[in-house]
Amino acid sequence: MSDSQAVVPASSHDDIHSPELLHHFATPEQQRNSSNLGMWIFLATEVMFFGGLFCAYLIYRRWYFGDFGAASKSIDALLGGINTAVLICSSLTVVLAIWAAQTSRRALLILMLVLTMLFGLTFLGIKGKEYKDKFEEHHVPGATFSFEHVPIPGHPDQYAKPEHAQIFFALYFIMTGLHALHMVIGLGIFSWLLWMAWKGRFTPEYHTPLEVGGLYWHFVDIVWIYLFPLLYLIDRHP
Amino acid sequence: MHDHSKSSPLKTYFAVWGSLLVGTYLTYKAAFIDLGPFNPVAALAIATTKALLVALFFMHLKGASERLLKLVVVSTVFFLIILLFLTMSDYATRPWSITA
Repeated sequence: MSDSQAVVPASSHDDIHSPELLHHFATPEQQRNSSNLGMWIFLATEVMFFGGLFCAYLIYRRWYFGDFGAASKSIDALLGGINTAVLICSSLTVVLAIWAAQTSRRALLILMLVLTMLFGLTFLGIKGKEYKDKFEEHHVPGATFSFEHVPIPGHPDQYAKPEHAQIFFALYFIMTGLHALHMVIGLGIFSWLLWMAWKGRFTPEYHTPLEVGGLYWHFVDIVWIYLFPLLYLIDRHP
Repeated sequence: MHDHSKSSPLKTYFAVWGSLLVGTYLTYKAAFIDLGPFNPVAALAIATTKALLVALFFMHLKGASERLLKLVVVSTVFFLIILLFLTMSDYATRPWSITA
C-alpha cells in the first residue's frame, strides 16, 4: 500500500492528488476505509483463532477446576498484573502517536512510537522472567514436568493431579506464547512505522498505516486483557 | 465521516487509559476476595468492560460510520459466541462428560 505507481488522469478526480492515493481508489477516504476494513476482517480471523484456544481452556477448566486453580496459583500474579498495566500504557502511546500524526507533530509521533516499542519490549522481558521461573520449577510440560504434592485451593487435604496440572501449563504456554509471538510481530510492524515516521511519510491527510498497525496492537492488548484473569487469577483467594 | 474536526480527543484517551488501569487493579484485588461463584463472573465482567473500552475508544468503533465494518465486528462477536456458548452448553449437558 506504500507505493503509488500510477498517476491518475486529472479528469477522473476533482479532489486533491495525494501521492499515496492508489489508482484503483476514487478518494483517499475510500482507500483509508478499505484498509481499515481489511484489518478488521483479519482481526475477525484472529478472534476465531484465539477463540478456539479459549474454548479448549474453558472445557478443561470446567473438568479439572481444582487442578487448574492449584497450577494457576503457582504463577506470579503480580508480574502478570504489571504486564497488563504495561500493555495498557502501550495502547495509550499508540493512540497518542496517531493523534500526533493527525496534528503534524512529528517529534511527538516518533517519541510515542519509540515508547510503544519500549513498553512492548518490557512486556516481553517480564514474560521471559515468568517463563524462566516456570522452567526452574519444572512446570514446563514434557519429560521433566513435576507438580507433586501441591494442595488444591480450598481443599488443603487434596493434592492436584500432575497430569491435569500439565494440561493447564500446556494451555498457559501455548496461549501466552502465541500472544508473545503476536507482540514480536507487532514490534516488527512498529519498527517499520517508526522508519516511515522518521522519513516524514505520515501527514494529517495520510497516516493509514499507523491506524491499521494500531488496530493490530490494540487487538493484542484485548487478548491479554482476557488472558490475565483466566490464567493468573483462577482461584487465588485464601 | 470520521470526526477529525473534533477539538481534542486527548481527554478521552487519558480517561480511558485511567479506567483501564483502575480495572486492572480491581481485577487483581477481586481475585483475592472470596466471592464464591462470582469470582469468575467479576473477572470476566471487568475484562469485558476493559475490552469494550479499548475497542470503542482506542480502536474507534464508537463513531465509526462504515456499515460494512460494523457488520464485520458484529459477526465476529456472533461467531465467537456460537463457538464458546454452543460448545460449553454441549459439554455441560451431556450425561457422559467427565465431571470429576
